[in-house]
Amino acid sequence: MVDHEHFEPVIIGFTCNWCSYRAADLAGTARVKYPPNVRLIRLMCSGRLDPTFVLKALAGGADGVLITGCHPGECHYLEQNYKALRRFLLLRRTLVAMGLEPARVRLVWASAAEGVKLAHEIEAMVAEIRALGPLRWGQNGSPPDNAHDAHAYAVAAEEVSA
Amino acid sequence: MTTQPQDRSQPEEKIGVYVCHCGSNIAGTVDVAEVREWAGQRLAGRGVAVARDYKFMCSSLGQELIEKDIKEQGLNRVVVAACSPHLHEGTFRTACGRAGLNPYLCELVSIREQVSWVHTDKHAATDKAKAVVSGGVERVRHHEPLEPLRVAIHPATLVVGGGIAGIQAALELADAGKKVYLVEREPSIGGHMAQFDKTFPTLDCAACILTPRMVSAGNHPNITLLTWSEVTEVHGYVGNFTVKIKQRARHVKTELCTGCGICQEKCPKKVIDDVYEAGLGYRKAVYTPFPQAVPKYPVIDVANCTYFRKGTCRACEKLCPTGAIDFTQKDEELTVEVGNIILATGYDLFDPQRVTQYGYGRLANVFTSLEFERLTNAAGPTNGAIVLRDGKTVPKSVGILHCVGSRDRNFNNYCSAICCMQSLKFAHLVKERTGATVYNFYIDIRTTAKAYDEFYQRVLEEGTLFVRGRVAEVTDAARLPGEEGKLIIQVEDTLAGKQRRIPVDMVVLSAGLQPRADAKATAQVFGLSCSADGWFIEKHPKLDPVATMTEGVFIAGCVSGPKDIPASVAQGSAAAARVLATIDRGEITLEPVRASIDARQCSGCRICNTLCPFGAIRFLEADRVSEVNPALCQGCGTCVAACPAGAISGTGFSNDQILSQIEGLLMLNVAYA
Repeated sequence: MVDHEHFEPVIIGFTCNWCSYRAADLAGTARVKYPPNVRLIRLMCSGRLDPTFVLKALAGGADGVLITGCHPGECHYLEQNYKALRRFLLLRRTLVAMGLEPARVRLVWASAAEGVKLAHEIEAMVAEIRALGPLRWGQNGSPPDNAHDAHAYAVAAEEVSA
Repeated sequence: MTTQPQDRSQPEEKIGVYVCHCGSNIAGTVDVAEVREWAGQRLAGRGVAVARDYKFMCSSLGQELIEKDIKEQGLNRVVVAACSPHLHEGTFRTACGRAGLNPYLCELVSIREQVSWVHTDKHAATDKAKAVVSGGVERVRHHEPLEPLRVAIHPATLVVGGGIAGIQAALELADAGKKVYLVEREPSIGGHMAQFDKTFPTLDCAACILTPRMVSAGNHPNITLLTWSEVTEVHGYVGNFTVKIKQRARHVKTELCTGCGICQEKCPKKVIDDVYEAGLGYRKAVYTPFPQAVPKYPVIDVANCTYFRKGTCRACEKLCPTGAIDFTQKDEELTVEVGNIILATGYDLFDPQRVTQYGYGRLANVFTSLEFERLTNAAGPTNGAIVLRDGKTVPKSVGILHCVGSRDRNFNNYCSAICCMQSLKFAHLVKERTGATVYNFYIDIRTTAKAYDEFYQRVLEEGTLFVRGRVAEVTDAARLPGEEGKLIIQVEDTLAGKQRRIPVDMVVLSAGLQPRADAKATAQVFGLSCSADGWFIEKHPKLDPVATMTEGVFIAGCVSGPKDIPASVAQGSAAAARVLATIDRGEITLEPVRASIDARQCSGCRICNTLCPFGAIRFLEADRVSEVNPALCQGCGTCVAACPAGAISGTGFSNDQILSQIEGLLMLNVAYA
């Protein structure tokens, strides 16, 4: 039985070096508070986001994945965030077909100035996933430190993506 | 899209983990000792050989700690858990380099901006810090020794905006012997400062100190002045920008024009000058904005010229003694190569019409600060006479309203920095020239720079009346005796604690500064980002105020926020110094984040070819494989993510690095270990 009261979701967040990572920095310098459930990874661009990363995170025990990038038209590399958007839409469709709740994978545009916005988006996402409950793709119901299972699932998920 | 299966053998990496307290910045929320102990024990199986915590890792002692461990313990990887890599990545990489370790074998993970400063629960923050460290450890195992890219710097510089900041930057560079292209949208350089009469707090005349600079910039052999021009496109990257500049047709042959002014004199078409004269005066259809304009050549305003509108007139052409008028000139596109760019595009004045209760545009004798500057200017429409809108009546009482559009949640939250001093200057000028009663309506008086507060004291002693309170309304509806024909200022005097109605003849709105209306478009052309208010964002607000996140693009003056003249000049010089440093070095080093294609794995599908907006990927027909040109690649990694064969790798952000970081962040590594 899932204890929703004490369920703390783990979210992996992908950020763009030029906008959302700086927004996260700005949230920090401005001391804007948000829940500690998100763990961020810096990429140079949202265009770097390989769908495998998302699958890897979900298969490895994350309850949700946050993808962030520059606003349309503001990409540091001109237009790569549009490519991220295309991939995101395809990936989400695939994930939904696999039974995943669409709210678990979220795309947010956040400019370097939008620390508060990013914090609010994280807060909303954490609340939403808390309500959904754990994903448990990685564990298949087994204890979290059962590494062997986690690994097996990671491989399985990657096969789906290929 | 392939991933390596997790390697669970005992690693060869010897990793040092350093957890920074940052005083109490991190240690106040994260139990750093616990993180250190945890990393040393639980991640020992993942290659962590040393784990330490220290008060300030970035201090010389902190750095020495790392260097010593590298040398004595033979560390071959370093993870520092401290602040954002945007702040101290360079610091720790350099420290590693000093100790003989390739700088790119160091990973800085943020537990300050992303943990201690944004979370409050100490237990949860400590757990997250462990996960972040764990992610860094897994990632760093896949780091490879890299060499920074070296890029030659083209010695020419583009300066955009010919206000005081841009002029200063251009002159500094030109005086150092470097070639500068100074681009200005208006027919003359000079910017806002050319519109002012006196400058606070010294009250020296703006033209007297500005025009010599303008002339120097105009005559300088190293400065190519491109007025009536705009930058349309910027390609390339630091060291090698290719810039397209649209030069609008002047319809005046500059090689023939002597600047005698006969065309302006004889032109029959008068146009309201809402740029330089702020709408208070007229100019002709062929004009220079002001007599000391640089360059001295006029432009023909096609939208208003009778010849261009109706096909007749040509008075200027007939009367020009040198035959310099040329109605057939067309806009030209110029392409220049530069190594660096300085943006000094300035500000727009807040439109006080938006504060409807102050009646600007509805009540004739409500003026903006820029209009008032023109009124007081000896070269302005009234030759410096402070008069009402009728052009002759001298006001007996003047109300000056501070903070119009600034420090106001309905408009701009920020303080425009210059309005207090500007309002005090106005008060002084009104007193000096008309002897009128002057009221200043303020929220707070902010006179923080050198000799500013002394100026405030002087204005106080001159008898200007100060009323503390934000004005509620300016109206012409008289209610009390003595109010007829006056503008009545309704205000809560927060010092006296009562509502007041103060009748005056003239109201001056000290409007705030705001970003240029097209700042966003400019930001896109140059690849910069704007703050929520619309100002360009500095690389670091305190430590790197004239650099931007885009290498080779610098900012100076009011583009990054309201500034007074001394600050704008200082920034112009500072930006020039930054540029000079790179030119004199001849090259700069860049992050070696680039994509490369393994020809043996490439299937020749060409999916990546269309993804690159920089045209860096080329298909080699003979070999049926694609190839990345590292000189054009910008390192975004979009092709890396797209390659179905996994043939493209991105240095610094490889699949192995990121997938391992994910495992680390999810603590899967602890289970493996």
